[in-house]
Amino acid sequence: MAKHPVSLTVNGDEHDLLIEPRKTLLAVLRDTIGLTGTKEGCSTGDCGACTVIVDGKAVTSCMVLGVTASGKEITTIEGLASDGELHPIQQAFIDTGGYQCGFCTPGFIMASKALVDENLDRTEEEFRHALGGNICRCTGYTKILEAVLQAVEEIRATS
Amino acid sequence: MKNFEFFEPTTLAEASRLFAQEHAQLLAGGTDLVIGMKAYTETPQSVISLQNIPGLTGITADSDNGITIGAMTKVREVELSEDILKHHTALAEGASEIGSIQIRNLATLGGNIAHASPAADTVAGLLVADAQVDIASADGERTVSINELFTGPGQTVLKPGEIITQFRLPSPASGSHYIKHKIREVMDLAFIGVASAINLQNGVIKEARIGLAAVAPTPIRATEAENLLKGKIPTPELLQQAGEVAAAATRPISDLRCSAEHRREMVDVLTRRTLQIAADRA
Repeated sequence: MAKHPVSLTVNGDEHDLLIEPRKTLLAVLRDTIGLTGTKEGCSTGDCGACTVIVDGKAVTSCMVLGVTASGKEITTIEGLASDGELHPIQQAFIDTGGYQCGFCTPGFIMASKALVDENLDRTEEEFRHALGGNICRCTGYTKILEAVLQAVEEIRATS
Repeated sequence: MKNFEFFEPTTLAEASRLFAQEHAQLLAGGTDLVIGMKAYTETPQSVISLQNIPGLTGITADSDNGITIGAMTKVREVELSEDILKHHTALAEGASEIGSIQIRNLATLGGNIAHASPAADTVAGLLVADAQVDIASADGERTVSINELFTGPGQTVLKPGEIITQFRLPSPASGSHYIKHKIREVMDLAFIGVASAINLQNGVIKEARIGLAAVAPTPIRATEAENLLKGKIPTPELLQQAGEVAAAATRPISDLRCSAEHRREMVDVLTRRTLQIAADRA
């Protein structure tokens, strides 16, 4: 089967690739481009570990064919820090202990980033519901929510 | 995943010709198809993306024709649309019940309907909106009422090469509501889904529509219950009676989610509840 030329922007870098149609965006990011921060959990869209931001929207990259991402702008966990400085959401996950094994963390942070970019004025309950597509087996979620709410305060204070 | 030929046509005619071939599948949001291909339950030889065909996305509202939703419109957009929230609340509520935000950012309204799951969360809302489904193929166009689209689980009247292009919702309801009976808050499939829509005139029900999902081989309208309500004042007794009549019209199955008896009982309860809220909103 023919490979398809795909041009996409990942964390500001342009990539011109030749991709087999059956490769998911997740596989392209991890195996072709080598950005392994995005994790593969369930591989069926249920756990959210593979969440990345495509054109401003959080999506489960395990459900996206890489060939359909041509021309799009993708942000992964590797693209959040700038000039050696962590994004407030990343820092908040560290400060509150919002991670244990860390496998779900990139997905939670990217899902949170998209929510925070869209609207800072969410209640704790709304954040809890909006993050329902991400599963964590370690933390019990309490510290994750604390992290997100702390990051919201931090972003509000500095913007 | 089995390999396949990938096509990105830029016209409906081209997409239709490709889709008319054997072992071809349309790719909309991919949230069903890609997962199916990974599980080898779907093994298409060609996959035709609708992403690059202009005119298939977006929600438009005008006073003559009501609201039109392009088939490739993301479910998340349907959920957040102010026009849909106002005039077809049950549809917006149904859209908000699908998967997670990440999935709703991918999934499309056309995909949710063309997949033809009897449990699809947008279908009850479209039923009570009396949605008209516009379909195109290389041979021309036609329109089918949402009520006549489905023929069985995963089955529709769509012929090879036919593609859903948009949904037209000409009949707004002054009040409507959808309840999904489920266990988890998010990322769950419906045990059953019930939508009710009501138009009130001077406190009397001018028109009522009831849409039921996952209680029969296809999504259905509870027309007997609707007729019972017409021209009457929505008293609790009347709504209870409508619930019982709606439940009697179902043909549910027992499966790993719940029993047929439970489904039928919950149609009764949730029809009453959605009617009450629709009436309160109307």
